[in-house]
Amino acid sequence: MAELNVAPDGSGPHKTDVIIIGAGPVGLFAVFELGLLDLKAHLIDILDRPGGQCAELYPEKPIYDIPGLPVVSGQELTDDLLKQIEPFGATYHFSQMAEQLSRTDGGLWRVTTNYDTVIEAPVVVIAAGGGSFVPKKPPIPGIEEYEDKSVFYSIRHRGQFAGKKILVAGGGDSALDWTINLQPIADSMALVHHRDGFRAAPASVNEMKTLVESEAMDLHIAKIKKLNGENGQLTSVTVEHKELGTYDIDCDVLLPFYGLTMKLGPIANFGLNLKENLIPVDTEKFETSEPSIFAIGDINSYPGKLKLILSGFHEGALMSQAAKRIVHPDQKVIFQYTTSSSSLQKKLGVK
Amino acid sequence: MKIHVTDRAGVTHDLDAVEGWRVMEIIREHGLPIKAECGGACSCATCHVYVDEAWLPKLHDKRDDEEDMLDEAFEIEDNSRLSCQIIMDESLDGLAVTLAPGIEPN
Repeated sequence: MAELNVAPDGSGPHKTDVIIIGAGPVGLFAVFELGLLDLKAHLIDILDRPGGQCAELYPEKPIYDIPGLPVVSGQELTDDLLKQIEPFGATYHFSQMAEQLSRTDGGLWRVTTNYDTVIEAPVVVIAAGGGSFVPKKPPIPGIEEYEDKSVFYSIRHRGQFAGKKILVAGGGDSALDWTINLQPIADSMALVHHRDGFRAAPASVNEMKTLVESEAMDLHIAKIKKLNGENGQLTSVTVEHKELGTYDIDCDVLLPFYGLTMKLGPIANFGLNLKENLIPVDTEKFETSEPSIFAIGDINSYPGKLKLILSGFHEGALMSQAAKRIVHPDQKVIFQYTTSSSSLQKKLGVK
Repeated sequence: MKIHVTDRAGVTHDLDAVEGWRVMEIIREHGLPIKAECGGACSCATCHVYVDEAWLPKLHDKRDDEEDMLDEAFEIEDNSRLSCQIIMDESLDGLAVTLAPGIEPN
């Protein structure tokens, strides 16, 4: 895979031509269309890698409706797009969310992420698909009271759990990996899962079972019923076991890992017109209610919209023409084909 | 053909069903609160339903990928299924399901 230029958290202010929010297939292809017009881009994504839903939801699943590709998996499409846009040298900001949008004194847009990365550009393109991927929250009554105090859905600093009585919930890779990773520093470690079967990698499952056999941790095949504690501090979790009935597991930290779900997130506060969590755009430039802010792919809406990857590609091409006129108002845009234009071929590095 | 879908408030909706459609698609098309965010790829667990006990024997068994994906759903019971994995046909005319918690759209 192409080597990506990934910027460190909290860096900037970076200056670029276009800030793309979302590094899914549509955001990635926008880099190509912008690049042909000599526009540079920075991409921001909540995931730790490019590909969006293609990478997170269906990396292995076949896609049959990409023009010219009879069948391609989500991961293959992502890898091919990265190869296709490699000549244009985009900069990536992963594992963070575009949190704030403001204007600079010089009339640029300034996007700030939740890890304080700052990027400034004359054009913003929202290619955020179904929104940011965020951890699923179990619908356990009263869980909000404990969130970020003793219930955590993601872990940024492993050390904060040293010496704690930890209960991990879930059966996937995140649940198993964190169980194994935190067990050595925990006061006690337990894993709760609703069935005696795990979708996590078999090697991790075996490692967890070895820890259980050596009594280094507990495994509960049970369902979480209730959280017990006060002022946000857990003391135990009540679970229900098919044969054993209901009992409490002592813990001071609960780490639920039930996968990710998409939420619109802070984009809702960017001051753009929204309609049912989608961003209405025109179909000439795919511009939002705010001039020089565009929305392409699944996140936009217009009469006849189809949420297809191929629609997002088309939208990116038209958006790029409009973006060019904003970034370089004095330059005349000549429409050219990659087949025949030696200047485009030079940009692509094939000539 | 009909399916009967009970929402989280306990209200049952009788929905026109279409042969060949996924039960998830029928529920979504009628505007009931089901996120179904992966669109039927058995990749998200946000179309989780409880199938009425009487109908369980009429359904095909869960494949491994459905069983695995149910791990990311909440309050799993023995009659839990992903409604994107149930394809409508005449033998399911009258199917009754209840929407599970945690699948509402944002």
